[in-house]
Amino acid sequence: MVAHLLRLKLTLLRNGLRRSPWQLVGLAFGGLYALGLVGIVVAALVLLRTEDPELAQTVVVLGGSAALLGWGLIPVVASAADLTLDPARFTTSAIPMRQLLTGLALGGLIGIPGLATALAALATVWTWARGPLPGVAALVGAAVGVLTCIVLSKVVTTATASLASSRRFKDVSAIAFMVPLVLMGPIVAGVGRGITASTGFLPELAATLSWTPLGAAWSLGGDVAGGRPGAAALKLVIAAATLAVLSWCWKLLLERALVNPPYAGSGSRKGGKLGLFDLLPATPAGAVTARALTYWLRDPRYSGSLVVVPLLPILLVFQGSQSGDYGVLAVAAPLAAFLLAWSISADVSYDNTAFALHVATGVRGVDDRLGRALACLAFALPVVLIFSVGQYFFTGSWSELPGQLGLSLGILFTGLGLSSVVSARYTVAVPLPGDSPFKKPPGNVGQTLVVQFAGMGVLSLLVLPEVGLLIAQLVTGNAMFGWVNLAVGLMLGLALFGAGIRLGGKWLDARGPELLAQLTVNR
Amino acid sequence: MTAEHPDPHSDPVVHGGPVPALSIRGLAKRFGGKIAVDGISLDVPAGSFFGIVGPNGAGKTTTLSMATGLLRPDFGTAVVHGVDVWARPLEAKKLMGILPDGVRLFDRLTGEQLVTYAGLLRGMDKDVVASRVGELLSALDLYEDAGTLVVDYSAGMTKKIALASALIHAPRLLVLDEPFESVDPVSAANIRSILDRYVASGGTVIVSSHVMDLVQRMCDHVAVVAAGRLLATGTVDEVRAGATLEERFVQLVGGRNHTEGLEWLRTS
Repeated sequence: MVAHLLRLKLTLLRNGLRRSPWQLVGLAFGGLYALGLVGIVVAALVLLRTEDPELAQTVVVLGGSAALLGWGLIPVVASAADLTLDPARFTTSAIPMRQLLTGLALGGLIGIPGLATALAALATVWTWARGPLPGVAALVGAAVGVLTCIVLSKVVTTATASLASSRRFKDVSAIAFMVPLVLMGPIVAGVGRGITASTGFLPELAATLSWTPLGAAWSLGGDVAGGRPGAAALKLVIAAATLAVLSWCWKLLLERALVNPPYAGSGSRKGGKLGLFDLLPATPAGAVTARALTYWLRDPRYSGSLVVVPLLPILLVFQGSQSGDYGVLAVAAPLAAFLLAWSISADVSYDNTAFALHVATGVRGVDDRLGRALACLAFALPVVLIFSVGQYFFTGSWSELPGQLGLSLGILFTGLGLSSVVSARYTVAVPLPGDSPFKKPPGNVGQTLVVQFAGMGVLSLLVLPEVGLLIAQLVTGNAMFGWVNLAVGLMLGLALFGAGIRLGGKWLDARGPELLAQLTVNR
Repeated sequence: MTAEHPDPHSDPVVHGGPVPALSIRGLAKRFGGKIAVDGISLDVPAGSFFGIVGPNGAGKTTTLSMATGLLRPDFGTAVVHGVDVWARPLEAKKLMGILPDGVRLFDRLTGEQLVTYAGLLRGMDKDVVASRVGELLSALDLYEDAGTLVVDYSAGMTKKIALASALIHAPRLLVLDEPFESVDPVSAANIRSILDRYVASGGTVIVSSHVMDLVQRMCDHVAVVAAGRLLATGTVDEVRAGATLEERFVQLVGGRNHTEGLEWLRTS
């Protein structure tokens, strides 16, 4: 039975890849990235073999504890948790509980995070293979540790399943997860500085952790190597007890979950409030704008990027404060303009088959394009203006403002025009409606990459005039170039914006059904 | 396609008199190596309640998608009230209300917003949309949930809100793909009486279904489709020829297993 479950997981993985060779390419890239990270970790662990045992012990215990913590926390925030072996799907199969648990736990190992953790844990065996006994102890520790990681994540996902199946929780957690992800740089820098300031404290922390469920399993090899077999024996008891208690909790939770499926209901609300549909003009283009803006606010796949944008200057200001040079802030406005304008290049892909409504109603392509672009412009324009002007409160070199503004507006309008053309013709692989923004999207990863890179290439060609003028201004110091740039950015940008809307609209009129057929494949 | 591919201009079903609400000729579609629809021609008389029945995978949805401008056919034409769907799509779509099966909705809108959106997309006047949305939601028992996001609706409510979106512009032809799937009996009865009144006032309804009983009771005309081909069409009485529609359907489509094995399934 356990073997059946494992084979099922492998078959699901293989059939997923069979849908398109590009899926394989996507997995290969993900795998290479993880392999790179794991490679570094493994290399470090191998090198630790010849280092001072106390240092090695500190590193292994802290790293292991962090991994265990990660396995416990990440499933809560990333509702992207892999549900291919969702226990709820086995409710009717009457599989004995013990075998279901074993199968699911081992199934958790198949996949990039599971394999990465297992490889890194195995590398600790090499770290401690300074004699036969410490090596065996480390192997036992690694096995118990990896199993604990997986069982902990299962306990957490099962316990929060009913919470996580509520749409509101999913939406909020997906957006909340964005914030630490974007601020990773400053956070890592801060933690790094904290660690270097208190290196003396780390061995103590590791020593303490090694007596807790978090670190016990990982400290076995080090304790045996350091000649503390008694401590090692006690910690083995702690680690084994942790695994046993967690497994028992999981079993209880699973037994309950199998007979009480999560209920994700919500109260009903009467109508009367049309929101943005009341505020915007009641034309087809106005309706599309209202719909798109509503989505920017309500759909985490869109609002996730809205949360990122205000964090952008925070990142740059942080970087500026590190170096004392705020010149780097100059990229905030053009970068925000680019990100926001380019974000609607996947608009139709985000609609998924809901786009059928546009095809069925026969809305004109121009109205569709204009509505989506205006919705994005509604907040992108203020953001770009604020970022452009705001940076000079830090740097004070106001003479650069017109040129800067010209470039940013040029990128914004040109980008919106180009996005309107791109999304009228090409679909890209994006998370499905209702899925977490982090979930690996189904569909054609290869075409996505080609469309994204080619699109960005074309965009950088289209804004060459503005870029050239900005460089001319920076080289010559002549403020006149800046004013010319402002005029060029506005006029060229608006012209390309109009052309993009019109061309995209024409393509959409001609090929709406074909576009819908492409979306149906990704459904 | 097969060798004897039907000529798109031949007219297998001769209807004298008025222009049919929907007239399709030689519609065909291939997906990769699989022929989904293999040359279907049929006429839906104006003012009829027309059922399309067929087993799963018969090509009902593909045919209806091609007839309504959602999926471009490889061969053939579709004409709605004299307007060619693929030559003059914008005009043809004004005449049709479509409930497609198996597509998503813009489900982060509230029910009320979604129906309003469908109306505004068609360029309708704001006040007309507002009054019709209110009436449609009440008629479909969705008034209490008008402000709930469609993503939080049950399957049956989702079907009903999609139906409301298809009705908002008072089309002359309604094309409903599996309209009664997962709809509760009370709502189904409400929908049926809405559709009956619509047909009585001169509208035309096409529904696809594999519930024969429902089609026999509800529709006056029927077409039987299997494996991408049209097996029979006409009034319900003509097609069923004295038997029940279900018996006739099984006879036409074949593939009935005379359950002889499965002895072990007998409990005693």
